[in-house]
Amino acid sequence: MLELFKSNVAGKASRALLNASRIILGNKYILAGFIIVLVFVLMAILADFIAPYSPIEIVGPVLQPPSQKYLMGTDNLGRDVFSRTIYGSRVVLLTTAIAIALSGAIGTLLGLISGYIGGALDRVFSFIMDSIYAFPSLILAIALSVALGPSPINAAIAIAVVYIPTYFRMVRGQVLSIKNEPYIEIARALGIPSTRIVTRHILPHVGRTLMVVFSMNSADAILTEAALSFIGLTVQPPQPDWGFDLYKGRGFILTGYWWMMVFPGFCITLLAVGFALISEGVSTVISGGKR
Amino acid sequence: MGLARYIAIRALAIIPTVLILYTLVFIVLRVLPGNPVLAAIGTKNIPEEQLKELMKELGLDKPLYQQYFEYLYNFIRGDMGQSMIIRGRSIAGDIADKLPATIELSVWSIIFSLLIGIGLGYLGARAHSRVVKTAVRLTGSILFVIFIPALGLSLQLIFSKYLGLLPIGGRLSSVGLLKPITGLYTIDALIELKPLVFIDALQHLLLPAFTLGLVISGPYIRLTMNNIEEVLESKIIEAYRARGVREEKIFRHAFRHVLIPITTYTGLQFSLLMGGAVLTETTYNWPGIGTYLVDKVMYRDYTAIQAVVIIFAVIVGLTSLIVDILYALIDPRVRY
Amino acid sequence: MRVSVLEVKDLWVKYYTFSGIVSAVSGVSFNLRKGEMLAVVGESGSGKSTLGLALLNMVPKPGKIVKGEVLLGGVNVLKLTPEEIRKIRGSRLSMVFQDPFTTLDPLRKIVDQFEEFLLEHGFDKSKSRSIVKEYLEAVGLPERIMYSYPHQLSGGQKQRVSIAMAIALNPEVIIADEPTTALDVVVQKQIMDLIDYIKGKYGSSIILITHDLALALERADTVMVMYGGYIMEYADKKELLNNMKHPYTKALFEALPRITTRILPKSLPGYPPDLRSPPQGCIFHPRCEYATEECRLKRPVMIEVGKGHFVACHLYR
Repeated sequence: MLELFKSNVAGKASRALLNASRIILGNKYILAGFIIVLVFVLMAILADFIAPYSPIEIVGPVLQPPSQKYLMGTDNLGRDVFSRTIYGSRVVLLTTAIAIALSGAIGTLLGLISGYIGGALDRVFSFIMDSIYAFPSLILAIALSVALGPSPINAAIAIAVVYIPTYFRMVRGQVLSIKNEPYIEIARALGIPSTRIVTRHILPHVGRTLMVVFSMNSADAILTEAALSFIGLTVQPPQPDWGFDLYKGRGFILTGYWWMMVFPGFCITLLAVGFALISEGVSTVISGGKR
Repeated sequence: MGLARYIAIRALAIIPTVLILYTLVFIVLRVLPGNPVLAAIGTKNIPEEQLKELMKELGLDKPLYQQYFEYLYNFIRGDMGQSMIIRGRSIAGDIADKLPATIELSVWSIIFSLLIGIGLGYLGARAHSRVVKTAVRLTGSILFVIFIPALGLSLQLIFSKYLGLLPIGGRLSSVGLLKPITGLYTIDALIELKPLVFIDALQHLLLPAFTLGLVISGPYIRLTMNNIEEVLESKIIEAYRARGVREEKIFRHAFRHVLIPITTYTGLQFSLLMGGAVLTETTYNWPGIGTYLVDKVMYRDYTAIQAVVIIFAVIVGLTSLIVDILYALIDPRVRY
Repeated sequence: MRVSVLEVKDLWVKYYTFSGIVSAVSGVSFNLRKGEMLAVVGESGSGKSTLGLALLNMVPKPGKIVKGEVLLGGVNVLKLTPEEIRKIRGSRLSMVFQDPFTTLDPLRKIVDQFEEFLLEHGFDKSKSRSIVKEYLEAVGLPERIMYSYPHQLSGGQKQRVSIAMAIALNPEVIIADEPTTALDVVVQKQIMDLIDYIKGKYGSSIILITHDLALALERADTVMVMYGGYIMEYADKKELLNNMKHPYTKALFEALPRITTRILPKSLPGYPPDLRSPPQGCIFHPRCEYATEECRLKRPVMIEVGKGHFVACHLYR
């Protein structure tokens, strides 16, 4: 019995893996985006092995241009920019991942409830969500981060709140369209409990939509995180952080110490481009390869 | 008559949205941090007496609901309270000072983004080669995810530091050049008939507006391209052609159809534009309310932050109103 | 014998799609006489709409007219320059489309669209307004609707506007592509009556493209049945009614609902052919109950089985 269960799970897992790899390899946008994101993820995980120096210790003279010893030069305190850039990926990826997981979970849950129950509750929820959605997300995230106090986890919460409506709206819309399908009406008429209808019949359909929203939302979330960092609302010095390092580098432009800002700025954009490519690929796949 | 009523109804519809956001911001900034004064000062080593006095001065000693309604009442009257950090400084005055700069930047950015977006989108739609089409479409997606400060700082590096062509930041080379009338310096310079100042203001504007405009143009590229393609393949165009209407004219009619989604999108876009403006202003030291917001964030000046956030909500509401009106003017199917 | 206004000779249209080459119109030839109403009958995908567009040299991409001639008054329309063909469209060869909801520009008033059309064909601004009025009246519309936007009109009114524009320059040929399909039943009859009336009043030749054999038999002078891009049968209406030859025409006829008998309409089994890889031999053989070995191998040619009655079928050789 246990054997069967094991092989079943293994089979399911390997099939899912096979499916995922087929999707990734089947579309050149997804593949390109996936490779970019993967490089950054590996960089974050293996930072201890890749980075030649500690990111927070002074390792040499200040403001050295890129050289063999300091690949991306040193900053105004004499820290190695290359090492800081590598370690900086951790904050961005982790904060964004937490934020997306939170907003995805909460947004989906609220969207399911609101769409399924309907009525006054739905109207109130929708109105609040639409109001937040219409508001400049970065500005709201800034206000929230300030109120919660600067830290990566608080930044993640702030970003999550800002993107809840994105997930909410999509899921709710999906639920509303499925809810009126004849087979759901039959299931209800048969007295199948709501929770079961939602988990068995509605949630699986929503999953597909979620993938699309998720892929579109990721690049956005990365940029919002970077913006909060830029303003100094995530990790505090001396921790390495692309956004804040970029902000500091800003003061050294006229003096020509370009390497302090170019590398972190490039990394933020490249990571966002990676997610944008995945999103591009996913929408191509969904629209049947037409566009 | 009909249009006036339509505008009035749309204008009223903004109120609940702004109220929701005000409530949200109030909860976030007045309730979440506990005692905002302590949070702002960042230390607890302050005599009880002095703290109480400060709270009273800022109206923070009253019950929350009273604060909620009083603030709202004062806000409508144009009083946004005082700064928590610089005592006695009127926030409304500060914002009135900074707002024109943000408006000027936004307007020019939208102009840039429309030029770039519609231009490239048109090119992509008219291109015969699939490679060009894909390239244009991809450009649209990538432009949109460029991190504004990264682009802005790179442009500063190239055009200000190395080529020395454009100023690195600010709005004018010298503050005394203009007596602000509208606060939009390019317009003020024209009103005051000072062509050199106009050029100076334009030079300062160029990089920030281009940076923000380029990033925001991404969605316009795709929108224009997809819609031109769609409209050109539509039955309406086929019927025009079957009637022997010249291609140039057909294209002009088709463009009106493309204008509708572009207008609608500009409304949605505006909140993105405002977020982008905060980053652009910070990058270029552009003295608008975006820079003001970031400054106040650094000092944890809660009352000022609250006012700025609500001002942004009002701006977004007003823009959506303007877009609704434009939309009604372009599309006769909109009933009012 | 009346004069031909339009002669189509061996017309071939192909669509070069990503999933293969679709042969939409295959070797179609026919003559249209002055004042004649020719009905082109076929299911969707039979190539009848493509044929209509090809007559105006307006086949949309990725389609292409690969062979053939469309002679209007002896001149091959397909060989004209873009500017020459533009002048012919709407003035000598005009078109009424299926769906009036999508063919009038929703953003412009009727009068603006109508006047633009007249001005594009060299009319003077001072005269155009009165022509608009005249032809709106001719199709039974009140003058005031010219200041309306299309969304303020009913489907029937919109189609009347399209027809008014199609007849305004007194064209030799009017192509009406399913002009009533998108409309309510009662309005359908009104529009067909209007087309009949126009035919009588202006002596225009009309090509009526339709999926409805009953409508064709009721209204047209001549009927041309198409299937999979090929002409199956072509005959005078009366001749066809009395002497139906092609198994496909018969199948279409038997599929018509009847009021007078209790016999249920018989539907044709099978599906239209995949035109990316059409069957060998006769295009209809997979669905034909009389199909023989010959039908599977050899494509039938058109033969005249009666006066002006042509059929492409091996049964009548």
